[in-house]
Amino acid sequence: MNHDNYPADYIRGILHSVKVIAMVGASSNVVRPSYLVMQYLLSKGYDVIPVNPGLAGQELQGKMVYGRLKDIPQAIDMVDIFRTSDAAGAIVDEALTLTPRPSVIWMQLTVRNDEAAARADAAGIKVVMNRCPKMEYGKQSGEWAWVGGNSGILSSRRQSMHESGKMQSLGLGVIPTKR
Amino acid sequence: MTDQPPGFDTLAIHAGAAPDPSTGARVTPIYQTTAYVFNDVKHAADLFALRAFGNIYTRIMNPTQGVLEAKIAALEGGTAALALASGHAAQMVVFHTIMQPGDEFVAVRQLYGGSINQFNHSFKSFGWHVVWADAEDMNSIEKALSPKTKAIFIESIANPGGLVTDIAAVAKIAKRAGVPLIVDNTLATPYLCKPIEHGANIVVHSLTKFMGGHGNSMGGAIVDGGNFDWAKSGKYPLLSEPNDSYHGMKFYETFGGMAFAITCRVLGLRDLGPAISPQNAFYILTGMETLGLRMQRHCDNALKVAEWLSQNPKVAWVTYAGLPGDAHHALHKKYAPKGAGAVFTFGLKGGYEAGVKVVSSVKLLSHLANVGDTRSLIIHPASTTHSQLTPDQLKKAGAGPDVVRLSIGIEDVADIIADLDQAIG
Repeated sequence: MNHDNYPADYIRGILHSVKVIAMVGASSNVVRPSYLVMQYLLSKGYDVIPVNPGLAGQELQGKMVYGRLKDIPQAIDMVDIFRTSDAAGAIVDEALTLTPRPSVIWMQLTVRNDEAAARADAAGIKVVMNRCPKMEYGKQSGEWAWVGGNSGILSSRRQSMHESGKMQSLGLGVIPTKR
Repeated sequence: MTDQPPGFDTLAIHAGAAPDPSTGARVTPIYQTTAYVFNDVKHAADLFALRAFGNIYTRIMNPTQGVLEAKIAALEGGTAALALASGHAAQMVVFHTIMQPGDEFVAVRQLYGGSINQFNHSFKSFGWHVVWADAEDMNSIEKALSPKTKAIFIESIANPGGLVTDIAAVAKIAKRAGVPLIVDNTLATPYLCKPIEHGANIVVHSLTKFMGGHGNSMGGAIVDGGNFDWAKSGKYPLLSEPNDSYHGMKFYETFGGMAFAITCRVLGLRDLGPAISPQNAFYILTGMETLGLRMQRHCDNALKVAEWLSQNPKVAWVTYAGLPGDAHHALHKKYAPKGAGAVFTFGLKGGYEAGVKVVSSVKLLSHLANVGDTRSLIIHPASTTHSQLTPDQLKKAGAGPDVVRLSIGIEDVADIIADLDQAIG
């Protein structure tokens, strides 16, 4: 996998397939990027489980916060890492010990750890680095153009609406809103 | 689409312009609308706080405008774009986002006369100080830098001199100084030149010119290159520091590579107000679908007219980078190899009076103050667009008393030449 340039189909496939996302480094500060991304992903029907040792046991955006990945009492599809590139290594290693293993490791914009990515890749886990799932969902959905963004995606197909009827949900089809 | 990146003409037609999600309309509809309902109170609060994507009010964004912006961003190779009421509005919002009172920016003298006025006079009342340099002398740009410098401003192809700027050389200077390079790409358009590929950080446009291309709509644009670190130097507090009007959000931290475009929208457009009309956005969108076809014809015609003028015994000189002997021919080959644009100047041996006679005698060409129309246009800058400048400024801006400026259209070139022939007499 070339981690400088992901094909649109690769990103779309991940956003289609995952349902439960553990967000490591979730913040309770309403203007922090992690808060905004968690809110957005929840609004699109993903089940986002916040992970932050400092907030463990509290509720964040209506979701229970866990101190570590291994404390989460359910299977997770994707680990979304809002930590530094250095810190991402240990989080990936922790994710590799989970049973069942997550199918995707996602490191946020500016976060990149190629050694950790290689370990995840060797375990058969898909990796995305230095990207934001909110931005990528926005590009795929056409919402990106609402703010003049260059999505790099052309389509002659009508974009479908989110099943809530309130937001565009693009060519991603319908994502379950039940959580 | 396959993995092969789409070509320019494909992007010009399709980028940003998927079928309308609400109606299925294939062509982007004109959303002649001012406001958009909220789903509920929480949705409203989230939109106002930038926690959710969505339309609020057409002063800040509009669905037709959004398609135009996405198309411009794709054609320029930027991360995002913002459309505004005019090119002047674009420049005002760019500098409002970058500058604080007392700050300086470096601009080259070879600019559109309207930009020279805006920088010299109107910007002064905001406490933004322009320091002039010479586009053909990189040392003059270096020397103009100071600790207060916040940006460098150039045009890719300069109006009205027809000069092509060495964008990569200026970009190196800007990078060393840790300031963004802003390039006005109005006369080149991304069909001829993409400044971001040569190191520019921000591109501005008057969409009124070749981008719209039909002389029917005012518009401007800002393109975010997504390639400048707005937090590193601490010199751009609007982008890097918590913003009180958005609950302490830091725009660069939150929006990363599209932070500049977003900040221009949510502060500049929100508070200064120069929004583009949806109707104009639609006309410009329609024009942009044929940008590649038109620009090539503009350039092909311009080269033939320039060649004809350079052979005319009554013509003293022609400045067009497309001519092999021109001082900027090598830079044209490097930065805009498909054509040297369609705006250039020439001088008549009869001087000022002969220039006035030509603009008074044309029958096909239109005597007016614009460029980048399907129609061929002619003007005498010293008596019109540049009349506020001093004789010294006129000369430095390439607009001396004998200078006639042409904007060659896409008519049959034989007819353009015949009209100039009878007017020159």
